[in-house]
This record gives sequence, structure tokens and C-alpha cells, in this order.
Amino acid sequence: MEHQPIVAELKGITKRFPGIVANDNISFQLRKGEIHALLGENGAGKSTLMNILFGLYQPDEGHIEINGEPVVIDGAGKAIELRIGMVHQHFKLVKPFTVAENIILGNEPTKGIEVDIKSANVRVRELSDQYGLKVDPRFRIEDITVGMQQRVEILKTLYRGADILIFDEPSAVLTVQEIDELMEILRALAREGKSIIIITHKLKEIMALADTCTVIRRGKVVGSVNVKESSERQLAELMVGRSVNFQVNKEKSKPGKAILELSGLTVQGEHGKAVVEDVTFQIRAGEIFGIAGVDGNGQTQLVEAITGMRKANSGSIKVNGKELFGASVRNVTEAGVSHIPEDRHKHGLVLDFTVSENMVLNNYYKEPYSRTGILNYKAIDDNASKLAQQFDVRMSSIHTEARQLSGGNQQKAIIARELTRDPELIIAVQPTRGLDVGAIEFVHKQLVEARNAGKAVLLVSFELEELYGLSDRLAVIYEGRIMGQMEADEKNEEQIGLMMAGNVMGDAQRHTV
Amino acid sequence: MEAIGLLLNTTLVFSTALILVALGGIFSERSGVVNIGLEGLMIIGAFSAAVFTYFSSEWGFGGSSAAWFGVLMSIVLGAAFSLLHAVATITFKANQVIIGVVINILAFGLTIYLVKSLFDGSGQTENLSGIAFTKYNVPYLSEIPLLGDALFKTYPTTYLCYLLVFVSWYALYRTRFGLRLRSVGEHPGAADTVGISVIKYRYIGVILSGAFAGLGGATIALTTTYDFSHTTISGQGFIAIAAIIFGRWHPIGAAGAALFFGFAQALRFQADLFEWSQSIPNEFLYMLPYLLTLLLLAFAAGKSRAPSALGDPYDPGKR
Repeated sequence: MEHQPIVAELKGITKRFPGIVANDNISFQLRKGEIHALLGENGAGKSTLMNILFGLYQPDEGHIEINGEPVVIDGAGKAIELRIGMVHQHFKLVKPFTVAENIILGNEPTKGIEVDIKSANVRVRELSDQYGLKVDPRFRIEDITVGMQQRVEILKTLYRGADILIFDEPSAVLTVQEIDELMEILRALAREGKSIIIITHKLKEIMALADTCTVIRRGKVVGSVNVKESSERQLAELMVGRSVNFQVNKEKSKPGKAILELSGLTVQGEHGKAVVEDVTFQIRAGEIFGIAGVDGNGQTQLVEAITGMRKANSGSIKVNGKELFGASVRNVTEAGVSHIPEDRHKHGLVLDFTVSENMVLNNYYKEPYSRTGILNYKAIDDNASKLAQQFDVRMSSIHTEARQLSGGNQQKAIIARELTRDPELIIAVQPTRGLDVGAIEFVHKQLVEARNAGKAVLLVSFELEELYGLSDRLAVIYEGRIMGQMEADEKNEEQIGLMMAGNVMGDAQRHTV
Repeated sequence: MEAIGLLLNTTLVFSTALILVALGGIFSERSGVVNIGLEGLMIIGAFSAAVFTYFSSEWGFGGSSAAWFGVLMSIVLGAAFSLLHAVATITFKANQVIIGVVINILAFGLTIYLVKSLFDGSGQTENLSGIAFTKYNVPYLSEIPLLGDALFKTYPTTYLCYLLVFVSWYALYRTRFGLRLRSVGEHPGAADTVGISVIKYRYIGVILSGAFAGLGGATIALTTTYDFSHTTISGQGFIAIAAIIFGRWHPIGAAGAALFFGFAQALRFQADLFEWSQSIPNEFLYMLPYLLTLLLLAFAAGKSRAPSALGDPYDPGKR
């Protein structure tokens, strides 16, 4: 790649936000036809840097050169003019509009005073075919899959003639198969001579895809490496600034008495069909019990039933011997159940509240946080400062809105709140979704420590590696039923795979023999 | 037969103002700005129409030119007044609902004050009979049985209203302007990142709502009440908002809903034509349009889908 010309260069970029230096004297070079990964932890300043290149933010210091010419990019319009396109992590698509309408928006072909939607459809179809994107211009955005929505975003940049394409965490919202398709598309784009920047913290994708990788840590560039001559481990260490443990260290569990006992738990879905059916299992003190399964097989409803968020139809839910069937969320919480929810924005945090307020969401009504119905903000703030320090939650202040935190820090805040309540049972659903390796390591360590301290942990995850690494025992769920339970051991991998596809334990064994 | 024709004709006359105001509201709300100041903007329009029609006639404008001048001024002043709303809510990101309420109160107080100062302490303007609009029969079309009576023997403003429903639909769904305006109301971030000015389109949306609401108010003063007082506009702006919601923010849907509400208003004037209806107390008939609005919104509007960004000031820095 070194012989290719430089198409974009950022020189000495510094950007400050109140209380934080997001980018500190960053320099960055992009060459024609390369796939350049921008790696960094959640909140390291990658997105800020790319928003500067795309003109959404103005740098406080430094400047930008495109094809060797110094430029001032004072808005997205200017960036488009310079043939820079960006695919944002949260898609910028108008849901009720069609694919073609979204693509032409701002650049509409017209016939007389009318928008010429016919020629737009033709043009979009041509572009889609040229890059193998398989997008139908006439569909409405709200009716198509997330993967296709992303391809619409790619088409939006291509339609505007972009030569430099920026992707902000493109695989975060995709399924495994969609990620493979995306990688193919990115390679095809690079072959056509497009220069691609991909913001990510997924090391595997970088190794598989990128030519060059620039690593940012706490707002500074710590290195730019040729991916072929590097390794996952080296990149991880550059990113977090210390050696990273990919393996979870844990001793063999010494389980105690049963903490959670489910028997015959059945939950009906919206259409009267059972989404959780006759589920029976036990989790003992001091063990991590994993639930494996493909997304959408009743995991969400099972967890909602245990935590009291959804009414179960029959069966029994006992925590520490106390029956919690039909109990309210508060009763469940007070019985010693902590919940690290799947959707941290919807169920984990009130995004418009401060971090400090979020830290007491499930015990604000107790002393010392309130007395006779009046909140005691001093106690609430003290609690938040203590937890933030203990769990390394990084933010400009405990009075920052939870919305402003990076995903990793939001998750740390939730974990801090849930683990310090001294629970009996911890329910963690997809606890490392969207986090970088450093944060994943942290979350895993916290869960194992809780288990070593004698807590029962229910772990729901779609990632088998995580389940093998953390769990002591595993159950596989398929269409709401438990297909079997076993020791968490990679030796059982094939069997687990078969069970995830709907074979019950006996059948699975027959296949493996 | 004749009674039905007359009833439909009255329906159209009453609906005209509602339709026009609803169209204006659609432009504002489709751009993402809630406009509950429509009532106040209508008051400004009715007042401007009554005052300028009267004075321009005094100045020597003959025939219907005085009324048309009044209409023009109601559009201009309605748009100008809505600029207050735009500056407060778009530039300064003030709460849209509160500003709407302020517009309503301000318009009410201001116009009554001005009427009293212009007309020697009287609570209403001079009567406009003779200089306001008169009904115009469209040649040939008005000869059609029933339809002719219902549709083609009416005021010029009503014909203008038919046209504007179509023009609004065309502008919103067929032109570049409409696509951009709607995108700003659905997902301003998407519009911004493709270089569309969210602020510009929201200003246009709000100003159009002022112009349309001004025109709507003018039609009431110039075809129904023939003067302006504090009772000239009594809730029609709010009924127009109901028509927008019930019509799903679509010009033709809203026009249909406005026709329905107009029909309810027309009924009370036609009630004495039928023997069976004469026994209904007048008060109930007066209640009817408001009651229907309430019922329709409570039971039928649940499925209605508002523009996604309606009511949210645009803040590009927000995650």
C-alpha cells in the first residue's frame, strides 16, 4: 500500500469537549484503495475524529488535507463535495421513505418541478448491481432488514460519488452472516479503488479485513501498524495499553445450596403461543449457569419472567426458597436478584438522568438515599463517586447525563449498581454486547468474582466462546424449551450446536456417537 | 334534494377554513414543528381580512378587489406572525407547545385591542356586507343536479381551497421541496448529513402554516361572519389540528376530516329545515362539532402516526 498516493491526511487534530480532550494532536493518513482500521476502546475518540473528517465537528487545532490540498470541512455538504461519505453507526435513514428516496435525498434528480423517482430507481438499481449490494430501490426502509439498511447507507455514499468511505462500527448491529457479506462488500469497494476507513474495536475483523490499523488510546495515536505483520494480541495491547487476557481465569466452582429454582415455568407470548415452555432448572450459590441459544428462542421472555417484568402463566420461581411467581419487579429486586439487562438503553439506564441518579435507580427510596420521601443528593452523589472509582467508570463528572457516556462506561455503571447491592442471584443478559476487549475482560472478571464470592449467576449469551469461558454449567434453549443441560466444556460443542438447532439431548448424543 | 344540496354547500363553506388551516398545520408539523398556535394565526388572519377589506373599500377599492386585498394581507400578516413561533422554537429551541399557547393568547389580546382602537371602542369591526365575498356560480358545472348545488355555487375562497388541497399534496409528495420537508420532520439527522438545512426547512414549514392559517381565518371573516370580533374564531384552529391528526398528516386525509367537522357545523344551521330535527335543543347542535372532535380523536386517532421528530428541537450534537 505504501506506493499508493495519500488521499486524506489529518494533521495535528485536537478537539476538546467540556471536561475532556477527545482528540489530542492526532495525525492520520489514508492511502488510495486501502482498508484502514481505526482501533480504540469505547470512548477513545475514534468517532470524534471521523466526525471531524466528515465535517460534523470542527477541530480546535490542526488541519485536513484531501488529495494533498488543505481544506476546511465545515459541514456534511462540504464533505460530500470532497467525495467523502460516512456510514454512521446509527443509520441516518428516514424510515417511512423508500430506499431510493433515502438515497437521492439532498441530491434529487428532477423532471420539471417533480422529483424523477423513476430515473432514481433505475440509477439505484444500477449502482446496487455494480457493487453486488442486492437492494430493491422501491422498498420502504421500515420494511427491510438492518443489513439491507446498512447497504442503503453505503449506496447513499456511492450515489454521491464518494471515494473515501468512513464506516462507524459497521458490524455492531449485524448478524454473523451479515458481517461476512459486509466484509465482501468492503473488499469489493477497495478493489474498485475506494479508500475505506473502518472504526471498530473488533480485532478479528481487523485481522480479516484491514491493510493498515491506526490505534487510538484516550484521544492519542499510539501506533499505526501494517496488519499483515501484526497479531490480535499486539493490537489489543496497543489499544488498552497493557497485556490483555483473552482467557477467563477461574477455578473449579464449589457450588453451595440452590439459589434459583425454576420448575415448569411457562410464559405465553402475544399470540397465546408459549414462548417459554415448561422450563425447569436450578442454579446454586457459587456457580455460573449459562443459557445458550440462537437469539429469539425465548431467552428474553424467560429473563423477563424471572425478574418480574413479564407475567408468567404457570410454574414456580423460587429464589432462596421464596416463591416469586407473580411478584412485582421491586419484590424480585428486594429478594436479592440483580439484573444486567440485554438492552442497556431501554432497561438499564434512564439516559436523560445523571450517572449519579442512575446509580440508585433501584434503591433510591431507601435510607440513606431518601428520608420520608425526600431525596438526599449528597448520599446519592457520594455513592456514585465511590462506585465510579471502584468500577473505573470514565466520564467528565457524575452529573453527566448517562446518554453522554460511551457504551462500555454505560455498562460499567450498570454493573457497578447491580453488583454492589449484595445480591443472591445475578442475571446477566449479553453483558459484553458492543464492548471492546478491555471492557469485556473487566465484565468477565466481575462476574467470576461475584461467583467466587458465592453468588449464583445466570448468564444469557449468544456467543458460545463467552459461555464456555464463563459458565460452570450450560443449558441450551430452543423455541422456549430447555433441550438439555451439561458441563460447560468445549468438548460438548457439537452437541450444543445440534441442540441449538432443535435436537433434544438424547438425539444430539446419538449424532455425536 | 334541494335541502341536501344546501346542506352540502354549507358544509363546504364551513370546511373551507378548516381545510386551509389544516393544510398549513401539515406543512409545519411535517417539518417537525408542533403548531398549536393555529388558532391564534387564524385570529390574525380574520382580523387582517376584516380590517383591510373595510379600509381598502374606504380607500376606493371597488368590486371584490377590496376583499382580495384583505385576503392578501391576512396571508402576509399570518406568515409574519408565525415568524415569532419560528424564531422562538427553531432558532432558540423553546418548547413548541408553550410558544403555540403564547401565540394564541397574544393574537387574541392584540386583535381585540386593535379593533377597539380602530373602531372607536367598538368590540367588532364594521359590517362587511356588500364588500365581502359573494357566491359565484361556475358556468355549466353549477347546472349539474345536486353536485352543482353542493360544489359549484360557492365562494371564490372555497374554489381556491379545492385547488390548494391538490397543490399541497403535489408539493409534499411530488417535489424536491416536499421530500426534503418531510425528511426534516422524520429524521433531521439524516437530512443534515446529506447537506439539507434543517433550520431553513422548518422555517419554511412554520411560515407556510402562518400563511395558510391567515388565509383560513380570512375566509371566516369574509364569507361567514362578515365582521371580526372576539367570537369570530372560536376553536376552529384546534378543530383543524384534530383534522390533521385524524387525517394522518396527509393533505387529502386532513381535508376529508375537515369536511366531516364542517358537516357537523353545517348541521346546526340546517336543523330547522327538517321537522324531526327542530325538537333538538340548539345548544346540543352547537356542541356537536366539538363533541365529534373529542370522540373521533379518542377512538379513531390511536393508529395515527405522527412525523417521528415532531416536537423535538434539532440538536446535531445529541447522541
